[in-house]
Amino acid sequence: MLGVVRQKMLGQSLPKIRPVVSVLRSYSSAAKQMTVRDALNSALDEEMSADPKVFLMGEEVGEYQGAYKISKGLLEKYGPERVRDTPITEAGFAGIGVGAAYYGLKPVVEFMTFNFSMQAIDHIINSAAKSNYMSAGQMSVPIVFRGPNGAAAGVGAQHSQCYAAWYASCPGLKVLTPYSSEDARGLLKAAIRDPDPVVFLENELLYGESFPVSDEVLDSSFCLPIGKAKIERVGRDVTITAFSRMVGHALKAAEILEKDGIDAEVINLRSIRPLDRSTINASVRKTNRLITVEEGFPQHGVGAEICASVVEESFAYLDAPVERIAGADIPMPYAANLERIAVPQVEDIVRAAKRACYRSVPLAAAA
Amino acid sequence: MASAFSAAKFSAQPFPLNHTSTTSHDSSIVFAKPTSLFLGSTRKLRLTSSSKFNLSRRSGTVDAVSDVVKQKKSKSSPSLLITKEEGLELYEDLVLGRAFEDMCAQMYYRGKMFGFVHLYNGQEAVSTGFIKLLKQQDSVVSTYRDHVHALSKGVPARAVMSELFGKTTGCCRGQGGSMHMFSREHNVLGGFAFIGEGIPIATGAAFTSKYKREVLKEADCDHVTLAFFGDGTCNNGQFFECLNMAALWKLPIVFVVENNLWAIGMSHLRATSDPQIYKKGPAFGMPGIHVDGMDVLKVREVAKEAIGRARRGEGPTLVECETYRFRGHSLADPDELRDPAEKAHYAARDPITALKKYLIENSLASEAELKTIEKKIDEVVEDAVEFADESPVPARSQLLENVFADPKGFGIGPDGRYRCEDPKFTEGTAHV
Repeated sequence: MLGVVRQKMLGQSLPKIRPVVSVLRSYSSAAKQMTVRDALNSALDEEMSADPKVFLMGEEVGEYQGAYKISKGLLEKYGPERVRDTPITEAGFAGIGVGAAYYGLKPVVEFMTFNFSMQAIDHIINSAAKSNYMSAGQMSVPIVFRGPNGAAAGVGAQHSQCYAAWYASCPGLKVLTPYSSEDARGLLKAAIRDPDPVVFLENELLYGESFPVSDEVLDSSFCLPIGKAKIERVGRDVTITAFSRMVGHALKAAEILEKDGIDAEVINLRSIRPLDRSTINASVRKTNRLITVEEGFPQHGVGAEICASVVEESFAYLDAPVERIAGADIPMPYAANLERIAVPQVEDIVRAAKRACYRSVPLAAAA
Repeated sequence: MASAFSAAKFSAQPFPLNHTSTTSHDSSIVFAKPTSLFLGSTRKLRLTSSSKFNLSRRSGTVDAVSDVVKQKKSKSSPSLLITKEEGLELYEDLVLGRAFEDMCAQMYYRGKMFGFVHLYNGQEAVSTGFIKLLKQQDSVVSTYRDHVHALSKGVPARAVMSELFGKTTGCCRGQGGSMHMFSREHNVLGGFAFIGEGIPIATGAAFTSKYKREVLKEADCDHVTLAFFGDGTCNNGQFFECLNMAALWKLPIVFVVENNLWAIGMSHLRATSDPQIYKKGPAFGMPGIHVDGMDVLKVREVAKEAIGRARRGEGPTLVECETYRFRGHSLADPDELRDPAEKAHYAARDPITALKKYLIENSLASEAELKTIEKKIDEVVEDAVEFADESPVPARSQLLENVFADPKGFGIGPDGRYRCEDPKFTEGTAHV
């Protein structure tokens, strides 16, 4: 429906475009607004009340109400047995979560940021991801590892890495990256109900953002499928894939491109493993051009996998080289201006899309 | 005092270096009374009076000959530690472990088994002493040296042997191998190749037991978990993290250290600042016990107490079993660093010979009965090999199976079924 509205607006004068920008992000009174933080909180709340085997474990999830206030109010509601504050022992409590999951409980293990998950990565990969296979189906691990992932604001190199590519390369894990509140609610509920280990990568900068949610989303049995991408914006000229915070950037870039007559299709991946290759390829077969956007390091990243997949399956349909936009190939700097240019910006996406459509001289997107 | 860990039961006297006297008995117990907040008994077995340790052999701890016999003679009470049935059961389990591992070595050298194989010869008393006291629902978490733990817990020898051969009839259908023995039915949770990895898993299993009782209100859930690991693991961070959390949350777990003095080629004494591992328990708020792991009856007595504590909800225990592996770290280990004198010293304390002697001298069993058991075990092991030999290798289609419990990845719908099986399931995205 949004696409129809936009096409009508195309012929109108520039100043009129501005209201469309706000329409995209928030309706005036039509739908409810919900922040991603509230979406996650309500999803956890509903799943914990529906199933007594679900429990939350992590640093500061209880009395502190969550390091980022995601688990606010849960300790009062469910008690310290089910909302467990742990000592600073990622390896220990991730392993305890896996052991509990072997026996049918459904732990939700929170990492304060996914950078700290590296201390527990042995348990995520070796005991959670591989167990169902090693035991030939006897031990399934219905665990969710969740927490903020990727760059925040000025937190430095050790707190800003994106782990989507690392976890998504491991068979036996499911990796989800929500963007909007609808994604956050639906995917977290699906992840908790899923009988396999799920790595749920949130984003700290998205926690405070509001998105419109329909009544269907607010229903307590609302769930989104794992492994299906969402086409956030239908287009004809170029396909832009993104996940997590970059979806917002891609949508903004799409609006800018529209002024130049390029109609971009934006795909919100939602699920990095399993990757929705069919949706991506179907989109590229329609538009014939591909840009992938991600925040993480470029080498061996999510974009590399998507580009390879498209080249393998839809080569004949491509009219331009595939392009991936990623974070700079450096540890994240601290200075605010350097940090800004170390992550993809809206201008980078716009320039890349224009390159794909042969609308500009193909200079490397300098910093 | 309700607890059987009373000081009066066993005497703990300091030993001079290289002593040869045979009067006092050696299974000194170091413990902390569960009720006291501040733990650590000061009654310790002093391995040596100085802090220097002889690198190649332990000195002054225990004698070569089985102490059970001596203990028996020195105690005034005539009560035996076990009944005849228990004795035979223990003997059978010890012999099964030994015969199975010896057969593994043979099969490895014949090329039927491959990869990493770590054998348990010499340590059988720990496995038998502890695991034979468990119920089916109790769990055992082990390391890569897990064949005998699985056997003691009840996994059939056929299933273990087939798994080692990589056949589809193995307990994990050939997908796990020597180091990853899992059995849902017998609650054997591996099998972990990384040392220290099993400890948090075991703590999680104990956590589940407590959660089931307290949150899910299954009042009779008193399942206990045993975590087996070695001396090298006791320097690993995960070990300490879990000692802390298990004591903090009073989980029903027993941490069993199989201290065989060697981590591949690294001697425990070269790797550890304070080699007395049992002392690390009281530092975290749980009793720490040291026991002679070559003597199945002593191990069993300690195990009864520790498992009983866990079952009653009194929290975890750390048990250090002094034991030894007669073979190398794995079948690929040339085992050149260990002193032959040390090996001979422990070979003379073979747990099977010790128990045999005890049973015969206390008229619990005759030579003939024990020989019958040995013959029976030989047949069981041979049958296991034959079964494994004749079993088929996994089909090619098995390669991609069991990566996920829910392979389509669409998750589970509100009705509890896989969403991908729901014919009305469409894109599933809400339209905003």
